[in-house]
Amino acid sequence: MGNALQLLPATQSDRALLKHLEEEAGTEVNLCYQCGKCSAGCPVGFAMDQTPRQVIRLLQLGLLEEALSTESIWICASCETCSARCPRGVDIASLMDALRREALKQGRITDRKVAVFNRAFLSGVKNFGRTYEAGLLLQHNLFTGQLFKDAELGLPMMQKGKLSFFPEKIKGREAIKKIFERAENPGGE
Amino acid sequence: MKLAYYPGCSLDGSAIEYGLSTKRTAELLGVELLEIEDWNCCGATSGHNTNKLLSLALPARNLALAEKTGLDVLAPCAACYNRFRNTEHVVRHDRKMQEKITAVIEMDYAASNQTLSILELIVNKVGLEKLREKVSQPLKAMKAACYYGCLLVRPQEHTGFDDNEDPRSMDLIMQALGAESVEWSFKTECCGAALATSRPDVGYRMIYEVIRNAREAGAECLVTACPLCMMNLDMRRRGVEKAFNQRLDIPVYYITELLAIACGDSPRDVGVHRHFVEAESYLASLPEKAARIEAEEAARLEAEQAKKAARAAQAKKAAQDKAKKKEASEAEAMAKAGDEKKAAPAAEAAAKAETKEKAAPAVEAAATLAEVGDKGSKAAPTQAQAAAPAAAEAVDDGALQKKITAMIKAWEKSPEKVAARLIEDEERAAILAQVVSGDEKKTARLAELMITDKDKAAKAAEAFVTGELKKRQKAQES
Repeated sequence: MGNALQLLPATQSDRALLKHLEEEAGTEVNLCYQCGKCSAGCPVGFAMDQTPRQVIRLLQLGLLEEALSTESIWICASCETCSARCPRGVDIASLMDALRREALKQGRITDRKVAVFNRAFLSGVKNFGRTYEAGLLLQHNLFTGQLFKDAELGLPMMQKGKLSFFPEKIKGREAIKKIFERAENPGGE
Repeated sequence: MKLAYYPGCSLDGSAIEYGLSTKRTAELLGVELLEIEDWNCCGATSGHNTNKLLSLALPARNLALAEKTGLDVLAPCAACYNRFRNTEHVVRHDRKMQEKITAVIEMDYAASNQTLSILELIVNKVGLEKLREKVSQPLKAMKAACYYGCLLVRPQEHTGFDDNEDPRSMDLIMQALGAESVEWSFKTECCGAALATSRPDVGYRMIYEVIRNAREAGAECLVTACPLCMMNLDMRRRGVEKAFNQRLDIPVYYITELLAIACGDSPRDVGVHRHFVEAESYLASLPEKAARIEAEEAARLEAEQAKKAARAAQAKKAAQDKAKKKEASEAEAMAKAGDEKKAAPAAEAAAKAETKEKAAPAVEAAATLAEVGDKGSKAAPTQAQAAAPAAAEAVDDGALQKKITAMIKAWEKSPEKVAARLIEDEERAAILAQVVSGDEKKTARLAELMITDKDKAAKAAEAFVTGELKKRQKAQES
């Protein structure tokens, strides 16, 4: 009850996937009555191929493949303005998160740069327990083929004592590696 | 107060000045910070973009380590703070997830403690009152746009210490430090976070809009409590300026830097010289600007007071004129009513009232000037000379004229009674009344003299009577 719309995805597998996404995000897409407040306030809406409202609409209509293939889910900056303002309490930002993770799992990445950045960031954390900023800059540039991108950032950072060339390592690196392994392959799930 | 301290990766690297100034802030406010031993990265946005369980487990390891000490956690970095609050929320509300998390980190964790942001610590735990006591070099004349960004205030269910659309905590801190915080609409607008790296076409525009809005609101600097916002607003400035072909001269500060400086630290002590956008000269310019504003304000107040005094003097003069008019009209009314006995004294009283206010003495003095020979010893010539223009001014006065008119009317109504006031001898007084009545010139002359100079009036009256008697004698002879 209380749902503005009663729409269900066409196929059984789509239905199961949508349910999984909603559980991950802790929200329900059918609560949305398409007012568009999320999109009006979205600070990156100008760069999206589908506005947040349209992404939710795709999910409502069971067009999961289309939703997962939007560029929007990678442009979303996770600022959570949409979730804060939704009059129906739909956690749109959390859904965007869930969609990104699902797209990553399916290898359906429309914005390679964001994914590369995330991978570089996490590999530093996995190896050292902390962010390795210098390594992150270099690795990101190597992977995206932009060797000198952000050079105006890296050099002055080093000069101003803001970037250590060597990574900071914590003692519990083994524990961190284990956390990564267990989280990536959770026993029961 | 004792807190577990989680600096996070940025405060040891790109936000080293935030780390330095946070430690100074804690010292100044009497908060003891115990760094969480062997803490790890919180995973930040990349964590929750990639793997939900991982994004909860990485913060949970730090929080579990802190929980063992029984202390609440201070996480100055807005991103770490946000991930920590999110993890606390999940652990408190989702039993199943809590079990999963504790299994992954192989530690107990029940979220019995809580994470504080630097703003919450200052406003809610230390208190603005105590902060005000510590301020020794108030940031007078500073006009700051307090930039909260996303991670400190959203989602409200997780953060909750301030409003997510119009937060006030940083503004209150800045005001306590003596600065002015401007009202602006991009307080919680997103700076674009990592989009500046992955999608500069999108990210730079977001950064640009935040800075532009702050400048349009009249801000002369931006204040933040987030290392990621600082990276975008400060370290990416040159790129943004290039992309929009526009200079955006506006420094950015961490709230903790400004707090330490207002409490007596030098800007270099807290690392302001490490900013990419030059930020020392604005701070250095503040005392002079404050002095200039103070001088302008003092001048403005003085001008206002002078204006007020002038207005008061004008009002006083108007009230005096009004009182004089009232007296004159009373005399007139009495004359009209035919009460001669009262009318003349009333007119005289009016004249006396005038006398009190230097105008009448001036008339007297002017009159004496004409007879310096007789009364010269009384009034020094210089005094008389000074009084002459004042007398002329007083004669011009409408109020005086009214009294004279009233006196003329009194003459016209009952000449005998008025004549008796000038000449004691009844016979001569009767003759004066006869001479004056019907002679407008003489009536006016006597009335005027009675108001301005009674002695002269009496002399003139005697002269009129003597003249009339001589006339009558001549008529009899011929």
